[in-house]
Amino acid sequence: MLNINDILETVNMIKQENLDIRTITMGISLFDCISDDQKKLESKVYDKITKSAENLVKTAIDLENTYGIPIINKRVSVTPMALVGANCDKDGFVRLAQVMERAADTLGINFIGGFGALVQKGMTRGAQNLIESIPEALATTNKVCSSINVASTKAGINMDAVKKMGEIMKETAYLTRDRDSIGCAKLVVFSNIPEDNPFMAGAMHGMGEPETVINVGVSGPGVVASAIKREGECDFSHLADVIKKTAFKITRVGQLIAYEASKRLNTPYGIIDLSLAPTPAVGDSVAHILENMGLEKCGCHGTTAALAMLNDAVKKGGVMASSHVGGLSGAFIPVSEDAGMISAAECGALSIEKLEAMTAVCSVGLDMIAVPGDTSASTLSGIIADEIAIGVINNKTTAVRLIPVYGKGVGESVEFGGLLGHAPIMKLSDYSSDEFIARGGRIPAPIHSLRN
Amino acid sequence: MKAVVTVIGKDSVGIIAEVSAECAKHNANIVDITQSVLKDYFAMIMLVEIDNMKTEFSSFQKELGALGERKGLDIRAMHEDIFNSMHRI
Repeated sequence: MLNINDILETVNMIKQENLDIRTITMGISLFDCISDDQKKLESKVYDKITKSAENLVKTAIDLENTYGIPIINKRVSVTPMALVGANCDKDGFVRLAQVMERAADTLGINFIGGFGALVQKGMTRGAQNLIESIPEALATTNKVCSSINVASTKAGINMDAVKKMGEIMKETAYLTRDRDSIGCAKLVVFSNIPEDNPFMAGAMHGMGEPETVINVGVSGPGVVASAIKREGECDFSHLADVIKKTAFKITRVGQLIAYEASKRLNTPYGIIDLSLAPTPAVGDSVAHILENMGLEKCGCHGTTAALAMLNDAVKKGGVMASSHVGGLSGAFIPVSEDAGMISAAECGALSIEKLEAMTAVCSVGLDMIAVPGDTSASTLSGIIADEIAIGVINNKTTAVRLIPVYGKGVGESVEFGGLLGHAPIMKLSDYSSDEFIARGGRIPAPIHSLRN
Repeated sequence: MKAVVTVIGKDSVGIIAEVSAECAKHNANIVDITQSVLKDYFAMIMLVEIDNMKTEFSSFQKELGALGERKGLDIRAMHEDIFNSMHRI
């Protein structure tokens, strides 16, 4: 029989330490929906999504019951819409976003991702129209998420797209100004975007993916934080081991759920995303893991090193536990979605500069950071360019999800509710990036020898 | 297929009797029981066969949960595979 302590450990992880499956995301290819007739395109997209994922929510609830582990979100990701609707004009793309929303409502899922484009080298007319449509698309929908890939290590950085995305963020914030600019929480700018990421707002169904696929994102910062706390005084070699073992256990649950979901939905299993995804709930924070390692407050000196070790140990433990790993895989540091990050930002321990440094060693990037509403588009583009450059040079995924909260400034805070949490408005540099961003063009791809 | 029933909480008279009665009601055969009491803290683990159950597994879970609420205990029934995958390589 199973060991009593092992059983109690698992129950405790779920009951006390917020262990959950963050998301089961079904990827759906929409290439077969392409049509030169807008109406036909819309109905094909709606039908394909609702038919492919019709049993997704029910299956997830069944799994939740059988295994006794909460599955927080059920999501769908689709082929980047700029490819599917390459013929559409701006209004056509807005309507496509609304079709995605309707399909999401019919299915009862939490989010639908893939309203995006890949423009790392340049923009097609379709991609340009989609990007122009983002503010209105996100203002008139609630579940649709948009991601734009503006750079890659192989292609360099498309600075025209970086400039444009600063403007689009600003406009999205304005159009959702009555809801604290929440539209921007559903918009993310990437470098080296993964094609199988189950997490929002960056989920999409990449071009090399099968017809449909199941990707699972695990969670569990609370479990890791408690394990470190229990261990008490020990050196880093031992600490890394504790994290690896814990990550292994968390990931095994994800693997089990992914395998079962794939079997029951008769859909191939894609990947497990090993990310430690926090929520604003107490005891579900990545910042608290770092603080349990011995930092007084997340953001103080030593934070980058602590995060680097955490991220690496999570991957090492997780890889052994799963047959296929992908997506973003690492620790997330979204400010508004993490109780410890919120508290560190509020007391001034955590600045945007430190967050930028932290993104060089963990997955994702500057995530869910509220900034003053009067921030100029070129400053937003400057922040995007900095973060994207870290990804391009270091051959990793980075992303930017900023919320320039309309009508609010430093010292105020913003409440998004639910998983998106709340955040203080962070201070940015007072100096201008105008002329730099106005140059446009492309920053060439980096060299990969002579590395220093 | 087997499920693991965990009962955690403050010790009182008749816990095993009531949980066993619930299992019998649903035709879930108990194949193993382990329990420990540390001070007033009670932890019991039952391994039950669920293949021949008369009801849906989810209603078994719900009724166990309701019994737990009445007795002030945390009672859960979970498929054994979640423990196997987490603790065995």
